[in-house]
Amino acid sequence: MSTEVQSANLIKAPAEPLFSNKNIRVLKDPLGDNNPVTVQVLGICSALAVTTQVMPSLIMAGSVIFVVAFSNLIISIIRKGIPTRIRMIVQLVVVATLVTLVDQVLKAYVYEVSKKLSVFVGLIITNCIVMGRLEAFAMQKKPWASFLDGIGNGAGYGLVLIFVGVIRELFGSGSLLGYKIVPQWAYDMGYVNNGLMMLPPAALFLIGIYIWIQRSLNKSLVNVS
Amino acid sequence: MKALRSLVDKIKPNFEKGGKLEKFWVVFDGLETFLFVPKHANHNGVHVRDGIDLKRTMFTVIIAMIPALLFGMWNVGFQHYAAYGETSTLMDNLIFGAIKVLPIIIVSYGVGLGIEFLFAGMRGHSINEGYLVTGMLIPLILPVTVPLWMVAFASAFTVIIGKEVFGGTGFNIMNPALLARAFLFFAFPAYMSGEIWVAMDADKTLVDGFSGATSLVYFDEGLSSMNENISATDMFFGTIKGSIGETSTLAILLGGLYLIYTGVGSWRIMTAVFAGGYLMGLLFNLLAGSAYPAMEVPAHYHLLMGGFAFGAVFMATDPVSAAQTNRGKWMYGLAIGGFTVILRVFNPAYPEAMMLSILFFNVFAPLIDHIVIQRHIKTRMKSAYQ
Repeated sequence: MSTEVQSANLIKAPAEPLFSNKNIRVLKDPLGDNNPVTVQVLGICSALAVTTQVMPSLIMAGSVIFVVAFSNLIISIIRKGIPTRIRMIVQLVVVATLVTLVDQVLKAYVYEVSKKLSVFVGLIITNCIVMGRLEAFAMQKKPWASFLDGIGNGAGYGLVLIFVGVIRELFGSGSLLGYKIVPQWAYDMGYVNNGLMMLPPAALFLIGIYIWIQRSLNKSLVNVS
Repeated sequence: MKALRSLVDKIKPNFEKGGKLEKFWVVFDGLETFLFVPKHANHNGVHVRDGIDLKRTMFTVIIAMIPALLFGMWNVGFQHYAAYGETSTLMDNLIFGAIKVLPIIIVSYGVGLGIEFLFAGMRGHSINEGYLVTGMLIPLILPVTVPLWMVAFASAFTVIIGKEVFGGTGFNIMNPALLARAFLFFAFPAYMSGEIWVAMDADKTLVDGFSGATSLVYFDEGLSSMNENISATDMFFGTIKGSIGETSTLAILLGGLYLIYTGVGSWRIMTAVFAGGYLMGLLFNLLAGSAYPAMEVPAHYHLLMGGFAFGAVFMATDPVSAAQTNRGKWMYGLAIGGFTVILRVFNPAYPEAMMLSILFFNVFAPLIDHIVIQRHIKTRMKSAYQ
């Protein structure tokens, strides 16, 4: 009995388990205290532009998760072969390839939503989150950790997008994912959809409120400069 | 007065540290300092402590708003009865107006002060008195038909996003009352423009030829439409349609004179706003062509129409969000007045340009002050080195 456990340990010890504490942290940190949008304040433009409804927010979140995760993975695999002086161009080629892939898939399968997202799918290339993660993480770390980091950061971005999208669609159109949520009797009583929610400033207010709540819950995030 | 003072002193121990109602200290403190000037003493350095503090200042502004408020109530009744061709006495009009206007005021104060008390309690500071004025300004710049829940929503928005985010009274970069109106204007456009200026009854029939249009609607149609429907005297005395408190230029000017007399409102800003609007109006009269019929409307009409006077007297002079330097105040006022007329003439989509241009130049006020101060330093340096 005891020898079996020992031998199992001996075999596993050299390789780090796939979901070690360190890797879990890499995955979870961007969702909370190291959120790319609310803490690092990256990728704000697309967060303002595509969040009038939940559906585009979801699609956008999925696209960004895909692009960040796989560009992280690819760059991390070839990181030792990239000459330092042209690393930006190599990174851009990888990201652009992935973004074009996403764009074509969206156009093929969800044409309506892709029309709504318009240029913002293409603009994932310039999304600071993607390049930021490549430079800060994938160029130094192993492929698996980089992949998790990409998923985490994409999800952190998506989390904020969906939070904003849900509130904007609920108060702006009274629906979620296109289904009516606010009942008809509320409209009969005099309730009116909030037109401000359909305008970009609403997303700015909502992200601001998100940041405000997050920082008042966790004082260590408040940077006094 | 003495009885009130002794009552306050009697219940005071309950609210102090260790008392039963310690949690409500903020509320008690807010009410006590509202009733009596506090006896705080300074500990460091020499200060001049005047009898007039922020609460007293705010109250002066409220008194200045009373003429506009009373006239607004009367006008709500007057417009209502006139729409159905009924004759009404002064009291009828006032009572009808009070029934319509008082709920809006109560909701505005209730929601706004409630949130202020909440934040003061959470953050452990005493209650800011800024909302005393804001809470009265909000009803005066809304149409009488606005649903009460929208008033509540706008008050909450303006206190949280307009003020508390920046740190409370004295830190806001924009005028909170105008922010509330701008919020409603963009969030519920159908309730803030169009034929909504008269309180209606569903079961009565309107008189023939009734129109719910304000002076600004006729203005966009050009001078002839303006002359047919509305006269400068009407606009000066205020028997026209519009937001509750903004129709009567006369009542607003009375309040403005009181503000100038007490030194609470800046006469420089008021004069500059009127001057800016008038000069820009004159310029457009000179340039008038067929492309923009609104250009040929006489310059003094601009000062009487819409919310121009109300904005100049009560909104632009807000000491927190306006420019602070004397020369800056002139520039700030002239810019607001001129910009309002430009917006009115060239952009019919935003009929009430006063609101937008005041908010716009609130943002510029620190920049204006910066320029004034830098220029002053430069000239002083030059003379020092000569």
